[in-house]
Amino acid sequence: MDLSYSAEDNAFREEVRAFIKEAFTPDIVRECERSKNGYISKEAHITWQKRLHAKGWAAPNWPVEHGGAGFTPTQKFIYTQEMEAAGAPHTIPFGMTMVAPVIMKFGTEEQKAQYLPDILASNVWWCQGYSEPGSGSDLASLQMKAEDNGDHFLCNGSKIWTSMAQHADMIFCLVRTSNEGKRQQGISFLLIDMNATGVSVAPLITLDGPAKDQQEINQVFFEDVKVPKENLVGNLNEGWTCAKYLLEFERGNPYSGGLNRTLGKVRSIASDVESDGAPLIENSEFSARLADLEQQVMVMEATELRIFSDVSAGDNIGPGSSSMLKTRGTELQKDVSELAMQAIGQYGLPFVEDTLASTNESDIGMAGAAPITPIYFNVRKTSIYAGSNEIQRNIIAKAVLGL
Amino acid sequence: MDFSFTEEQTLLRNMVQSFVQDNYDFDSRMKIVRSEEGMSREIWGQFAELGLLAAPFSEELGGLDGGPIDIMVIMEELGRGLVVEPYLPTVVLCGGILSRHASPAQQEANLPGILGGESIWALAYSEPQSRFNPADVLTSAKADGEGYVLNGTKAVVAAAPWADKLIVSARMSGEQRDHNGIGLFIVDKSTAGVSTQDYPTVDGNRASEVTFENVAVSGDALIGSPDTGLSILEEALDHGIGAICAESLGHMKSLNDATVEYCKTRKQFGVPIGSFQVLQHRMVDMFMEYEQSVSMTYMVNMKLSEGEDERKKASSGAKVQIGKSGRFVGQEAVQLHGGMGMTEELSVGHYFKRLTVIDTQFGNVDHHLKRFASA
Repeated sequence: MDLSYSAEDNAFREEVRAFIKEAFTPDIVRECERSKNGYISKEAHITWQKRLHAKGWAAPNWPVEHGGAGFTPTQKFIYTQEMEAAGAPHTIPFGMTMVAPVIMKFGTEEQKAQYLPDILASNVWWCQGYSEPGSGSDLASLQMKAEDNGDHFLCNGSKIWTSMAQHADMIFCLVRTSNEGKRQQGISFLLIDMNATGVSVAPLITLDGPAKDQQEINQVFFEDVKVPKENLVGNLNEGWTCAKYLLEFERGNPYSGGLNRTLGKVRSIASDVESDGAPLIENSEFSARLADLEQQVMVMEATELRIFSDVSAGDNIGPGSSSMLKTRGTELQKDVSELAMQAIGQYGLPFVEDTLASTNESDIGMAGAAPITPIYFNVRKTSIYAGSNEIQRNIIAKAVLGL
Repeated sequence: MDFSFTEEQTLLRNMVQSFVQDNYDFDSRMKIVRSEEGMSREIWGQFAELGLLAAPFSEELGGLDGGPIDIMVIMEELGRGLVVEPYLPTVVLCGGILSRHASPAQQEANLPGILGGESIWALAYSEPQSRFNPADVLTSAKADGEGYVLNGTKAVVAAAPWADKLIVSARMSGEQRDHNGIGLFIVDKSTAGVSTQDYPTVDGNRASEVTFENVAVSGDALIGSPDTGLSILEEALDHGIGAICAESLGHMKSLNDATVEYCKTRKQFGVPIGSFQVLQHRMVDMFMEYEQSVSMTYMVNMKLSEGEDERKKASSGAKVQIGKSGRFVGQEAVQLHGGMGMTEELSVGHYFKRLTVIDTQFGNVDHHLKRFASA
């Protein structure tokens, strides 16, 4: 057991820092600092990902044969740590970390050649078609129909909570191709062109109050949409296997970097603002709450280090660990966002609708205040999405405890 | 970065595990706890034979060249057996202080007895008024010719009833809570003027109130200098934290396993109670508390040799976690076992009691959260 870094690791850290210094330009920094939901404008996202791609770092988790960065587990940890510490944008996950692993594992050679390079180069924006208006936690109850019409599937139905669908060129969907047998056995995994006739997108406006066209989630409608047969990934009626495989990637992420960054911001705000004539940080209730969360985030970081270093030894992070990280990570995101809101006091009230807009007007209140309350509202989603935390506990009960 | 155990450490774990299984089942443990002395000298002798008492010390000192990770492995397995024999005070606390800070002469005089299992040691640092602050020292050590004279009272000194030797913190200069002027003294318990009031503690261990009345010790009883006494002591207590974090992993793992097993077999309303979602989620939370405690225990034991600030931050952060997790797992294990969890018959309650003591030992959650914040 050893927590230290080698000289090569430290050199790599310097390389990451140098890259960030050059590529994380002020225009993107500004958007990141003001984002209410972790997303920035489509243009900024694509610009950032293309810069990563040029460096060969767009896909830290991909195998090298498909263009992955080829990091060691320790390098991957350092990379994530530095990106999070700088507050750099996340790469859009829907292509890179969701559909790509599924295509790599279940797709044909043609599908790999057709889709993976464009994901890597950020030429195509993907979105995720899992949930439906009637199917939330009980995902296998989904109803969107794909009928076999000879050379194509005819798709009808609707997907909901679809993040960034307004930007998307493609959507991967779980569709019902059979009503026979168990519900899970009639589901297939289908890739659909968002520009196809019969596809339409309607925004859903969340509590954080997004500006026009910056909404995070949408409902997507499919009305007699023709999808070519070659867009089926894996075998017909075996999409549930792909679906579950994808979810382990969606959930098994590190959280501590982002949490540490937000806590650092809270600490700095609380050192600046006054409460009863003294810095807020000296208020005993506030400082105890801050220390409590800092301790919990330290635990999160120690757990992530332990779990991801285990992956290096060739083990799979598995459903138990990914569900645990998801549950603890999102609980902390919610708690930390609450403390941030408490730190800014009355300046948690002003509402700025378009935080990403370039404006010459000065900010209201202290620097960085504008997105804090919207973020508090926005992150309520984290314990609901990707399988609610109650579902995560069901998974651990079954997969780990054998209940 | 590496979280894996060496082959030697895995062998060590297997050895301690099977020793505890074969010699320290729950009934044997309760017999030992209820015996007049409250510990087994025979078991202690076997610890020496197995090399457990020598494990963390360097080869120059006659040890097996292990370190905090080896102690962690041993303590975790001792925790599973709720072992009461004084590994923590003798080997980890006092042995640790002697090996890191005593003079060669002091080491030569004292370490062989520890490694060979002949002597048991206790660390007498806390006082009736000191609560969790090791700098709050009223016990005095006054120079007297070549030696010192000790006066004062030490509180709840773990393993003192069994010990033949003590390491005692005493104020040589300064005011009650000053950080400087605290000396650490090696004191033979049989020295004239040392008296003890012995008692059991709620977790089945034994402790004493130890009073020093004009206790004369020689000049070479002092470890280090009066300026370094507190930092030596604090370092030892952090090593103690690393060790009891590991011990508590053994407790929590045992409780979680027992609870899941019980809920799979115990039937109510015609079904196993483990089929109830509200109980499943409770057990998942117990599992997550345990896993997070594992992470922090590994982390703190890897950081014990780092610089002082980092060591303090890590040990207080870990102690907060173990305090919270141990309380949650212990309380919920009793709850899920229902009435049976309330009885002395099952091991569940005894794990819960040891975890409850661990929360207070070396400072509770509030104390360490504050220390974490200021480190």
